[in-house]
Amino acid sequence: MIGHNTLIVLLGCAALGGASGVVGGFALLRGRALLADAIGHAALPGVVAASLIVAAFGGSARSLGPLLLGAALSGWLGLLALRALTASGRIRQDAAIGVVLSAFYALGTVGLSIAQAMPNAAQAGLSHFILGQAATLTESDAILAGALALGCIGVVAALFQPLRALCFDEAFARSQGLPVRLLDLVLLALLLAVCVAGLPAVGLLLVVALLIVPAAAARLVTQGLPALLALAGALGAAAGAAGALISTRFENIPTGAAVVLVGLVGFGAAVTWSRR
Amino acid sequence: MNPPFAVEGLNVSYAGRPALTNVTWAAAPGLTAILGPNGAGKSTLLKAALGLIPSDSGKARFFGQSLEQARSRVAYLPQRASVDWDFPASALDVVAMARLPRMRWWGSVPRAEREAARVALDSVGLVEFADRQIGRLSGGQQQRVFLARALAQGADLFLMDEPLAAVDAVTEQTILAVLHSLVEEGKTVLMVHHDLSLIAAHFDHVLILAEHVVAAGPVAESFTEASIAAAFGGLPGRA
Repeated sequence: MIGHNTLIVLLGCAALGGASGVVGGFALLRGRALLADAIGHAALPGVVAASLIVAAFGGSARSLGPLLLGAALSGWLGLLALRALTASGRIRQDAAIGVVLSAFYALGTVGLSIAQAMPNAAQAGLSHFILGQAATLTESDAILAGALALGCIGVVAALFQPLRALCFDEAFARSQGLPVRLLDLVLLALLLAVCVAGLPAVGLLLVVALLIVPAAAARLVTQGLPALLALAGALGAAAGAAGALISTRFENIPTGAAVVLVGLVGFGAAVTWSRR
Repeated sequence: MNPPFAVEGLNVSYAGRPALTNVTWAAAPGLTAILGPNGAGKSTLLKAALGLIPSDSGKARFFGQSLEQARSRVAYLPQRASVDWDFPASALDVVAMARLPRMRWWGSVPRAEREAARVALDSVGLVEFADRQIGRLSGGQQQRVFLARALAQGADLFLMDEPLAAVDAVTEQTILAVLHSLVEEGKTVLMVHHDLSLIAAHFDHVLILAEHVVAAGPVAESFTEASIAAAFGGLPGRA
């Protein structure tokens, strides 16, 4: 049987996977999906810094809210760094992502080892942010991540038509007077929110897969955008729940890896189906 | 009366290299071809006027108003190659995007707007392809989908970037017929174009560019061998 806490964690991971699929669908069509990798890695220094600050003020370093806030702030800094690097047009996006991702991750790793040398063990559990461990989530953690994820789905639904127009033809959308910069900013914020919400469960190394794999699979086997988003969301939710279930049963398997492997089974099925 | 489209002292450059130099021009109602060699700034003129790329100086007016004020009267048709036609959308989905300024932003496209999109598709001869995935249309059909989307905007001024580039004969005839009927309704069409053979038979006016205005006016007066030679011979190394 599944206990109450496990059930909540499974639902939280399912919501997270669903939101990742939906947001990932738009990110993929806008050519921004790899930003999730940069955000995930860029979040690590923020997580470490947040835990040190909370511990310094005598708070519980395990409370998720401040850690996610730190992750979001440092993920956002990573995106700003990316924009600064690519602004001149002399550094391409892929090179800039490589630089930002490794720089922030290296910084975070150094911070992590410093935190681990601290006596009060404030850092306990921080390494879960790298590979993800759904089993360590408390009920309220899972509810926080799940609520964030559902909020992201709501924003996508509210802006469905203009986001679709932007992703298909930016020049036309601009010529109609759509707030293209604002819509792009919202898409970026959604990407950031989903990545950050997914960190504790899926981990920063593999959070990018949760955004790309379901959306890429759904794109292979659907015609219209609503169907693509629905399937990507469903696949992401299934992968999130199944991965979390597997990793709570076999504690040696990190959740991120389990989620991604389940998602890849779906991706493989989509590839096979699309070639038939 | 205010001209449907006018630019004044427009200067645009890409990374320090001039693309348009001090372009001042007012369009007359009717069908105008914007001609010039590659790199002459034809597409740049449309994009800069619409604020899609930054201008160094100058301004564009639409019916004597700013773009913001006249937005709903202006339709833009980008180059077909500027988008990914593998995008998950049907022909009707794409045409319905033209109705976005009149629609709520969530949920599906309302019935009235879908109907408007269908009418536009019908006028370019594609109504039976309404539900087809755009990636499965031919290049000419994709170009007609773009034209239908511009039509569905219900505009009075159409800025079109090479709608006749690399299209089949049926598409060419369909597009020219649509353009003529727009002009008969009193609309203005400005079209970036490269095929000089169609000009005398189909167009009312020309604007010949080579980074600056070489010639502009009615076809009979301005579409001369001298102005063509000046434009197409005026940029060394670009035939």
